[in-house]
Amino acid sequence: MTNEELKIKLTELVPSAVFEEGGEWITAFVDASNWKTIAQQLRSNEDFKFDYLFCLTCIDWKTHLTMVYHLTSTIYRHSLIIKAKLDRNDPEIETVSDTWRTAEFHEREAYDLFGVKFLHHPDLRRLLLTDDFNGYPLRKDFEDPVNMIKL
Amino acid sequence: MYRQTEILSDHTKSSPLEGDLEGAGDLVINVGPQHPSTHGVLHLVITLSGETIKNVEPHLGYIHRSIEKMCESLSYRQFIYVTSRMDYLSSHINNHGCALCVEKGLQIEIPPRAKVIRVLMDELTRLASHQLWWGAMAMDVGALTPFFHAFREREMINDIMEETCGARLTMNYMVPGGVMYDLHPDFQKRVKEFVEEFKNKIGEYDELVTGNIIFQNRMKDVGYLSKEDAISYGCTGPTARGSGVSCDIRKLYPYEVYSELQFDEVIETGGDCFARYLVRMQELRQSLSIVEQLIDNIPEGDFQAKTKAVLKLPKGEFYSRVETARGEFGVYIVSEGGTTPYRIKFRSPGFSNLSTLNHMAKGYKIGDLVAIMGTLDLVIPDIDR
Repeated sequence: MTNEELKIKLTELVPSAVFEEGGEWITAFVDASNWKTIAQQLRSNEDFKFDYLFCLTCIDWKTHLTMVYHLTSTIYRHSLIIKAKLDRNDPEIETVSDTWRTAEFHEREAYDLFGVKFLHHPDLRRLLLTDDFNGYPLRKDFEDPVNMIKL
Repeated sequence: MYRQTEILSDHTKSSPLEGDLEGAGDLVINVGPQHPSTHGVLHLVITLSGETIKNVEPHLGYIHRSIEKMCESLSYRQFIYVTSRMDYLSSHINNHGCALCVEKGLQIEIPPRAKVIRVLMDELTRLASHQLWWGAMAMDVGALTPFFHAFREREMINDIMEETCGARLTMNYMVPGGVMYDLHPDFQKRVKEFVEEFKNKIGEYDELVTGNIIFQNRMKDVGYLSKEDAISYGCTGPTARGSGVSCDIRKLYPYEVYSELQFDEVIETGGDCFARYLVRMQELRQSLSIVEQLIDNIPEGDFQAKTKAVLKLPKGEFYSRVETARGEFGVYIVSEGGTTPYRIKFRSPGFSNLSTLNHMAKGYKIGDLVAIMGTLDLVIPDIDR
């Protein structure tokens, strides 16, 4: 599907989606509380078939966090970016590790570095840092006077 | 740095003393972080029932340097140098992905000579990386000789790199706008010598290892990964192509001059270790053919486009991807219009490929684990970042 067709189809599926202009791919903001059902629809709906989650990450905007999901379909070769705004003090979103299994590791990484809690994740522990590490290093206000070298 | 794992504590809970016989005979062993077969500091906690693997839990982060955080305080020219330290066997291709992303943001068209040089360097890197993998793979399953054969040929590529780029491992040769210096005057001659030499040697590789019945027995029907699982786990590169997934970025989303070149995307449908092995062996030949097509057709002209001294990306988001020796490497830059990225994310192929390890190894014998890990071609700094 072309970007325009995707946009129309996605609006049918998620009427509340807000689109962001200017990127290479269609970028849609969805409500974090609906994300689980939307994800399953995107994965299984015959028109979308987004079966490959190629990038999952988080951005700290100082006032809120934004989850970013890059999806592509290996059948139709169309791509889509889904974003969800999260509360910075208590970031919570449903896991999609049962929809795309690659999300299990990527979500653990986002939990480790940003502190996003993925609800119903099968094994939500720190991935790269030690279990007793304090703080979330990729947040903008993280300070570590010992290990961080400022340029 | 050692972490008490939850598996260990869970295991004691289900001890026979509590009357729960499930898992009573299980043995939990640690492989790594210092172990020859993990090719770096990867720590695996393996739960065994007899010799059969019940669970493999990778513990990462022993060389986590938080490169993404580091990049947030580096300029668009500087951050590329850090990426050589991720997948150090594909450092050219990592640099390439980052340079492409910056160029996409700046909307620079690079000169044709730079494009061809980049592709040549990428393919030589892929050859060197696959050669090293081949040697290490054979060593993992018990054959020591191939390692020396592989390093002998890889040394020729390293020498070529050293002449032109000034480095053998972390090249830092690709910069936004082109490449850093022009090719060394001997480059073409040396590459042709290498191509001639390696064309003969690649047959020897097959005779020595591919056709070996002991090797085949270790590889066939081991570590099966289905096509659906490969996609769901986000596998890319030879790992996914061994399971029949078409995922070569050079074919699907061509960059530089790949769309003008004659080469095949190698796909095997076996899904086992041997299929992944065959994909990489075929890719060696494909890369060799790309190098041959380009070496006599390097256009004259500039090797670098004119760019400003200080690069500023416009506000927005940019994503570019390249095919490294291990799979799809993605660079995601979020820019606020300044001289440094606001957020940068590296989607490294090894990270996703590693996440299949538990799925692939379950039910096989512990001896098969090194064969499975070998065919995943893990480079740990690429995973830990």
